[in-house]
Amino acid sequence: MSVNLSKGQGISLAKSDGGTLTAVRMGLGWRSAPRRGLFGSRTREIDLDASAVLFADKQPMDVVFFQHLISDDGSVRHTGDNVVGGAGQGGDDEAILVDLSRVPVHIDQIVFTVNSFTGQTFAEVQDAFCRLVDETTGQELARYTLTGGGDYTAQIMSKVHRSGSGWQMTAIGEPSEGRTFKDVVPAILPYL
Amino acid sequence: MTAELVRGQNHPLDRTRVEIRIAAGGPVVAGVTLADERGGLAGAEAVAHPGAPRRDGVEVPRQAAAEHRIAVDLDALPAAVHRVSVLLALPVGIGGPAVFGAAAAPFVAVTGLDGTELASYTLVDLDAETAVVAVELYRRQGAWKVRAIGQGYAGGLAALLQDQGLPQATGTGLASEIQEAVRSGHARSVPVPTASPGASSSRHPAASPGPAASPGPAAPPGPAAPPGPAAPRDPAAPSDPTAPSDSAASSDPAVPPISAASPGPVDYRHPKRRTSPPQPRQGAPAAPSPTPATPAPAPASPPASTPTAAPPGEARPAGPVAGDAAGRTPEERLYNQVWGMFEDLSRTVAAYRSAMDFAQSRLAKELDAVNADPRNRMGAAAEAARAAAHDKHARLAAQAREVLDRDLAQLTAEAEVVEPALPPAFAAWSSPVWQGYRPPEEYPTAVRLGDLRLPECPDLRIPMLVRLPMNRGLWIDSGRPETFTGAETADGAFGSAFDLDGLEGLDGLGGGPDGTEPLDAAEVRRRAVDTAVTLAARLLAAHPVGELTVHVIDPAGSAAPALAPLLETGALREPPATGAQGVTAVLGELTRRVDLVQMAVRNQAAEALPPDLDTAEQLLIVHDFPHGFDDRAVNQLRYLADEGPSVGVHLLMVADRSEAREYGPVLDPLWRSLLRVTPVPDAHLADPWVGHAWTYEPSRVPDGSRVLRKVLGDLAEARRSQGHSRTRER
Repeated sequence: MSVNLSKGQGISLAKSDGGTLTAVRMGLGWRSAPRRGLFGSRTREIDLDASAVLFADKQPMDVVFFQHLISDDGSVRHTGDNVVGGAGQGGDDEAILVDLSRVPVHIDQIVFTVNSFTGQTFAEVQDAFCRLVDETTGQELARYTLTGGGDYTAQIMSKVHRSGSGWQMTAIGEPSEGRTFKDVVPAILPYL
Repeated sequence: MTAELVRGQNHPLDRTRVEIRIAAGGPVVAGVTLADERGGLAGAEAVAHPGAPRRDGVEVPRQAAAEHRIAVDLDALPAAVHRVSVLLALPVGIGGPAVFGAAAAPFVAVTGLDGTELASYTLVDLDAETAVVAVELYRRQGAWKVRAIGQGYAGGLAALLQDQGLPQATGTGLASEIQEAVRSGHARSVPVPTASPGASSSRHPAASPGPAASPGPAAPPGPAAPPGPAAPRDPAAPSDPTAPSDSAASSDPAVPPISAASPGPVDYRHPKRRTSPPQPRQGAPAAPSPTPATPAPAPASPPASTPTAAPPGEARPAGPVAGDAAGRTPEERLYNQVWGMFEDLSRTVAAYRSAMDFAQSRLAKELDAVNADPRNRMGAAAEAARAAAHDKHARLAAQAREVLDRDLAQLTAEAEVVEPALPPAFAAWSSPVWQGYRPPEEYPTAVRLGDLRLPECPDLRIPMLVRLPMNRGLWIDSGRPETFTGAETADGAFGSAFDLDGLEGLDGLGGGPDGTEPLDAAEVRRRAVDTAVTLAARLLAAHPVGELTVHVIDPAGSAAPALAPLLETGALREPPATGAQGVTAVLGELTRRVDLVQMAVRNQAAEALPPDLDTAEQLLIVHDFPHGFDDRAVNQLRYLADEGPSVGVHLLMVADRSEAREYGPVLDPLWRSLLRVTPVPDAHLADPWVGHAWTYEPSRVPDGSRVLRKVLGDLAEARRSQGHSRTRER
């Protein structure tokens, strides 16, 4: 079941049985560019990238993206860069796993972003989505359809942040511009 | 000292009257098969089991129980018996788990009659099996050894006995006879309570001996444990609130309750470190996995409906277990486990340091903010703000420390289990495994260069294991500790090459020997040579006999006392080369070898190599560089450092860089191409993940220990007995 979130909507990650969420996965999927006839290798590929920025008190402390696949503390792991996309059938082409129980104590927010590295806007990419999944049960917590998202090349998707002793997720869903997370960080700050 | 065995590992027994103690998570049947030299069983008489518990030299219990003792007198066994296999099977029809995977991992220890443990083995990774060969005692050249087997059979006792060499009919008949005997024995004994319903899927911690045993519900089998049927320890008991976090994996909230819909739970403690993929076992694929949800069709088969029967692969022991990593061989698994510990420690310390840095900078910023306004600087409000800032800092620091301590406790417990299980090539010189050292038959995968540690946890030492053959040479820095703080640039520690498994020298990040008096130059020099000799001895010990040839260049002859053990035991074929002539001769010979082998490899013409060429790996120890080296020799040395590793010629330099200063920058590439290690503890090695500066300390032979001589002596012995025939074959 997919929960299509609206901007700013918050979800507590406490589970119905009282336990809190301990592991989440951000998944990103899109359909690869259509092949160009005979010389398919000359197709201009579409490369979307998922990133996670770890903040302590509004300062970025660490980033997990395609050039730094594991946060120094080991709590956030990127499964690897996909530069062409997939079949567009709803499977994740890139994923970032967060083990919330191992996140360092001073990190209080983790923001997930999507960037179009090759520069196509979300209007041009087919079947693109990103979602947040409770990794322990496989339940989808939030989903954004990026396709048709307008003339943007980046999206600040959502954040998970500490609340009390557990974690909470808030949807952000703010379109932005930029090839990598670096271009997006200034746009993130208002949402922290 | 107990040897904690991993699957496939063996250990010599120093006595012939031993007891085998078994502790399992539920009632099991214990038996023994007695095989001859060729591994065959003479028939049903070669099996000691509850129906026929007494055979010459061995007696097994008559009943199924969670704990057993089997007395074995190896001297009283018939002379034809060469192998005693200890088997465990789950009883049919008297309750208890239906498969081994549904209960705690069985634990087997071989002890002396006085209860001293000689070797132990925890049978991890069992799931759908109902019978298993746990360990075997076997005769090798007149002496007895124990080997951890852990071979399970989903087909039960019948399949096991058949695999042991009994004809099918005999095996099946015997299996049912054993089960019948157990049932009739059971009728006379105290009923075994079945595990309580609602038991969680988690196995209770595998009982492991020593201080690493978790204080959870599983008590290690002590000498006082009654041999009779013991109540299975209740895995459903809520995890002990006082249990430290190192045993908390089973109570981790990440593990959801069993449900038919969800796949196995995911343990996030070590995301990259899973238990090894299940190894193919005979008969295993046919195993029907018990389905707890299905009501038992017939009341005659209570085990099938036992609620503890968990889906295979779901249960995991919580306590640390040696060899708990992926890999095809036990050695490989230990190697991966040590590197996993290394990574976990770097990351956990990275988290701690990052939190502390942040706390520090936030404190500074907040104090600045208070002091920025001169009007408020003195007032009570400012005082309160300052106190609040300090308070926040202290709280965060305490939290960070708590998490660090939790992780360190877990890793320390793991290290305490892993260290004794390491094979000689990976073990410290103080490890008892060296006492039973025998030259290996196979090429080593890796070797221990020393220990690594971080200042946050000086007591937790990670063995520094590097792959063999090494892809670069070693340089043991004999320079005075002060010279370590040279101003050379760090050689790409953070970005470039992840070679040598990612260990990267951090030149110029010298820390000097920490905590100790600075040593004088002569002492450092002496230790440098000692380190080289110990390393060479370890490399020799890790290679099969005759597969590593060591050369020494010692132009001034100043290393002679340190080299004595190598020379006297014949580990060096030729005495160290001295003088300029000696240098030229050895370097010329090795240069020629590298050139010839490279040519042969390029042209795929190995048979064209001259017959006098030594095909063993070559290790060249260069002492006191650059004395006695002319320009030509220096060039040859650089050639060997660059081209040698790929064709089996390895360099071990003992040198003080400052003495080679007259060569200027032309030698920089040579230093950079070598992995620098130090004879004294020094923080100069960076890990490949976050780049902490780790304090390296070489593996030293304990003072007064003769283990080095003993091992070299064993090697000399082995060379004498088989070395000649081997060289002649070539």
